[in-house]
Amino acid sequence: MKDDLVNQRVRAPKSQTVRTVEAIQYAKARGETVTLTVDGNPVEVPLGTTVLEAARKLGIRIPTLCYHDDLCLAGVCRVCVVEVVGQRTLQAACSYPITAPIEVRTHSPHVRRARRHIIDLLLSEHYGECYTCNRSVGCELQALAMEYGVDFFRFGRLARPRYEIDASSHSVVRDMNKCVLCRRCIRTCIDLQEVGVLEAIGRGNRTKVSTFLDKPLADVICINCGQCINRCPTGALRANDPTDDVWAAIDDPSKHVVIQTAPSPRAAIGECFGLPPGKALTFELNTALRRCGFDKVFDTNFAADLTIVEEGTELLLRLKRALAEGDKSVALPQFTSCSPGWVKYIEHFYPDYLDHVSSAKSPQQMFGALLKTYYAETNRLDPRDVVTVALMPCSAKKFECNRPEMCASGYKDIDYGLTTRELAKMIREAGVDLPRMPKSEFDDPFGTATGSGVIFGATGGVMEAAIRTVLELVTGTKIEDLYEHADVMPVRGFDGARYAELPIRAVGPVPPLVENLFADWDWLRGATLKVGVCHGTANAMKVMENIKAGGRFSQCHFIEFMACPGGCLGGGGQPTPTNPEIRAARANAIYAEDRSYEVRKAHENPAVVEVYRRFLTGGPCGPKSHKLLHTHYTPRGKYIA
Amino acid sequence: MLLTERERLREELIALADQFGRQRSSLMPILQEVERRHFRISEYCMQVIADLLDLHPVEVHSVVSFYSFLDESPRGQFVIRLCRTITCEMAGKDHVARQLENDLGITFGQTTPDGKFTLQWANCLGMCDQGPALLVNDQIFTRVTPERVHGILQECRQTFGVHAVAGAKER
Repeated sequence: MKDDLVNQRVRAPKSQTVRTVEAIQYAKARGETVTLTVDGNPVEVPLGTTVLEAARKLGIRIPTLCYHDDLCLAGVCRVCVVEVVGQRTLQAACSYPITAPIEVRTHSPHVRRARRHIIDLLLSEHYGECYTCNRSVGCELQALAMEYGVDFFRFGRLARPRYEIDASSHSVVRDMNKCVLCRRCIRTCIDLQEVGVLEAIGRGNRTKVSTFLDKPLADVICINCGQCINRCPTGALRANDPTDDVWAAIDDPSKHVVIQTAPSPRAAIGECFGLPPGKALTFELNTALRRCGFDKVFDTNFAADLTIVEEGTELLLRLKRALAEGDKSVALPQFTSCSPGWVKYIEHFYPDYLDHVSSAKSPQQMFGALLKTYYAETNRLDPRDVVTVALMPCSAKKFECNRPEMCASGYKDIDYGLTTRELAKMIREAGVDLPRMPKSEFDDPFGTATGSGVIFGATGGVMEAAIRTVLELVTGTKIEDLYEHADVMPVRGFDGARYAELPIRAVGPVPPLVENLFADWDWLRGATLKVGVCHGTANAMKVMENIKAGGRFSQCHFIEFMACPGGCLGGGGQPTPTNPEIRAARANAIYAEDRSYEVRKAHENPAVVEVYRRFLTGGPCGPKSHKLLHTHYTPRGKYIA
Repeated sequence: MLLTERERLREELIALADQFGRQRSSLMPILQEVERRHFRISEYCMQVIADLLDLHPVEVHSVVSFYSFLDESPRGQFVIRLCRTITCEMAGKDHVARQLENDLGITFGQTTPDGKFTLQWANCLGMCDQGPALLVNDQIFTRVTPERVHGILQECRQTFGVHAVAGAKER
């Protein structure tokens, strides 16, 4: 499967792309190990293991700053220095491969003094305004300074900021005064995401992390995924925070403020309140939001179900044109459009393929369009007074809700996008202790949701939800009979790019929901639905190159793309820190929530059925839903004038 | 007009990529050649080069901003780099500097309006025993005195560069 990804393009040099030293793989194959002692404790490790990994194996903590579990090695901050007996100088534990039986001391007086000086030196270049910094308390540099007893600025400090704050982007704010040049954001942007917006510009003490030609972030090819925010150890990168505007709307009695909450932040917000990852606080959050003053609390899952019905119908329409009518001009595979980071990525890097992207809006925007039309009408509200807020795990959603084309209702579909971190701050500001809140339900009329919407948050979730609906619409068989518990396992998991084939053995009658679009399903009998799933734009690039080269993914009918590693649950608005274990715990919480729902298929959601009966009378992909729930894209290209 | 200029530049860069290869390691020779021919590496150049070598434009910018012999903004056809480190300082580099500024009518860091000369400081040219030293493009001049400055500049103006300005001659 992985061999099939032709053009496995690796941009970074080999020394940078492998996170751990390559010799480990060889050593494991040969079974070669080496015994070293760390602080007097012997430990046997494969040849080429780094000192940091060996120490972790022993449970010995070595402080790190530029090191990150998701990223390749850099070895630039030197905070992790240790003494290797016999070596003249201290060595960086994160990038020192063990090739001989060495003796390591992790906290000798020499090491402790050096670390304190290194942290002092980092602080001398860091414009620390900890009282007003949004990362205060969660800041890794602050924690290190505390840990190593930095009690005064031995090497001086910056008296005033050196750089202007770049708040041009709707999503990411850059304050380079707080940057300590650990280059995590660079490695995130170039190696992890393959977007390539940030790099170190200049040399020596004039080095600065910046964009191409030092342009504002809004003018470059940034896809707003916010992964750099999640990995920044200090307050240098943060999301563009609209909480003051949201508070102002709440405090204005003439405004009707509604909030929709997405499943991923609900599975992660507990981390901001000291809970371990993987504990969903969905219903506690409802109570907390009402106490904050939101008038109504809705579930984004409703709109996710609606998205699945629209996107699934669009797929069936494309398939019909391609398979039944033999139309060669149909853009297949169809790509998902829920991830705004991915949408901006394809607008920049593969504008020729924009026809493939489903025209369905993302759940957030669909919900907004319905709130300002259907909801306002049925509740006799002036859409002007309805303020729509969305709680999302995502910084790109802030950009999406400010796209000029997202005003189908005549008003801005979504007024403000909040990230998990920002909402946690608001809840704390309201004096609410979230984990101890009593549980309460979502508000009607969009209260009912299905498990299909919940799993949107994990990679493969959109695909699984779409499969549940499409297969059931087409075959007339309950999906539970095809897949145990309706768990479509072939599309789950954390592999970067996945491919699955789903045979359609029998077809059933056309259900009433789409009977005005399709006469019968005979053209699908015996067909095999081929689907792909990928997450992280680096994998998206590989899949796109595969499609360009006519590889296996070009034969697909439907491909899910998510801009962030792990899908939305690893989004750029989620609590820090992040690593593979934390993301897996959040995924477990999401799939557990899916199983707790009685209705697990989007088209069976009674609220969705009701909306089609009362408001979107043309049915899925009908004229009314086309006006409100579908959108178009802008080919942007990657050249900057 | 602008478009054709860009197309011409693109053709030129494709030829350079064919000549030097399209690996990451081809970046430096290509950049040096572009600098030699055009006395700068423009925004557009950086993006085309990034495209050809499958790099990100910001990576190319990072390299260009790192090296002081690569320029983003146009420099003069002759870059005069005067050593400012301690031995040249003691050997009287200040007088040479004043003379250069007087003759060219610009200060250090500037380019003459006709685009011929740029004045820059350099940090140690490795000629500490023969200071003050200066570099004109890639030719070194040692034991420079204020009296010799005029001659050096005159030589540049007249010969229009026997050294390191082949591109200027070709045009």
